[in-house]
Amino acid sequence: MTGPVWRAVEQVMGLPISVALRGRHAATAEGTAAWERVVADLRRVDRDFSSYRADSWVSRHNAGEDLPPAAGVDEVLALAEQACLESGGAFDVRRGNALDLDGVVKGWAVERAARRLRELDGTDFCLSGGGDLTCWTADPDGSPWQIGIEHPLDPARLIARVPVARGAVATSGTAHRGAHIVDPRSGRVPNAAASVTVVGPDLTWADIDATAAFAQGAGAVSWLRSRPGRNGLVVWADGRVETWAGPPPDRSTAPDDADPRRWVSPSRSSWPGRRP
Amino acid sequence: MKKIVLALAGTVSVVVLLFGYDTSTSGPMATTSQSSVISGGTGSSGTGPSGTGSSDSGSSDSGSSGTGSSTSTVTGDVAQTRWGPVQVELTLDGDTITNVSVVQYPNGNGKDQEINTYALPILVQETIDAQSSDIDMVSGATVTSVGYQQSLQSAIDQA
Repeated sequence: MTGPVWRAVEQVMGLPISVALRGRHAATAEGTAAWERVVADLRRVDRDFSSYRADSWVSRHNAGEDLPPAAGVDEVLALAEQACLESGGAFDVRRGNALDLDGVVKGWAVERAARRLRELDGTDFCLSGGGDLTCWTADPDGSPWQIGIEHPLDPARLIARVPVARGAVATSGTAHRGAHIVDPRSGRVPNAAASVTVVGPDLTWADIDATAAFAQGAGAVSWLRSRPGRNGLVVWADGRVETWAGPPPDRSTAPDDADPRRWVSPSRSSWPGRRP
Repeated sequence: MKKIVLALAGTVSVVVLLFGYDTSTSGPMATTSQSSVISGGTGSSGTGPSGTGSSDSGSSDSGSSGTGSSTSTVTGDVAQTRWGPVQVELTLDGDTITNVSVVQYPNGNGKDQEINTYALPILVQETIDAQSSDIDMVSGATVTSVGYQQSLQSAIDQA
């Protein structure tokens, strides 16, 4: 499906949230209403999870308040635990007694909010939260969205492009925010990679994997090649570029209807809680 | 993978034969071979190869990478075969090919196709003018609300 693209941007969670719609509801009242629901969902997540808000659930938890978990906290923590296990500890949301959920929440929240747009029949969308995005085409074989990948050493340029019909693209790096990722195992700021881009079925895991791989520095690509159903590229600090692809998705865990968004079913719902 | 040693002088052409890369259970690839040709200029100047792929059935964008002096990789074009897209990547240590890997391969049945629909990112060389290109969205390291004003995505949103 092609045709005119309707676009909007809102600042939420300190990030620009960009949307593009095309097709039946690209510029209709229904399309606009769905976008408003996306923004409302993200604002709700921000209220609970923002580490920049003193009154968020996370900030109050980290300040020592004994609170029942906010909506979605169990799910986010289960994802974080799975990510920690699968990355050999390169991805860890625990900072001593405190939780830093930023690495999980953004991709998860955007992917979750995107369901509002999937309810628009006959409509394709691309939804980006500060450069991490999830795409959908009403027709799975429809015309894909064309995604540009920013050059980490020269953000005014693109280094690659990738067509995505239904799937997500996440990039981790230091181009805009400076060093904000630390390898929790060494405490060091990884500097081998300038950026890591992951293309996969859902933004929740694409975002987690990009961050976890970036934290692994020189080991990024060898770890990413073990991640099923995903591919992407790594730009090294010296400008070399490596594309990589993981093995085919593990179909033993895929449900029969093969909706890739359902592969992520964190079964462990544990609570890191407070360490003594 | 058999190690292929090449003495490079000037431009090289490398022919990679993909012998029945077995993707899942069984498929036509298991009994057939396809060739994909990757040619790349080399450097006497010490820069790595800048690959320009070509293939037997036509493709458009070229893949390339690598400016390191020792190890570099070259990604070929996606070749559209009758079984689906095939793309290979060469790793070179100086002038020697040390590894050939298939980064994209066809799948034998419809379910695989449905699940594994992600094309590999295609490297681009040119500076893209976001407002005149057909790029719909840009993925990059987290753009803050402040940094957004200067970003490519901002240009696209305003186009």
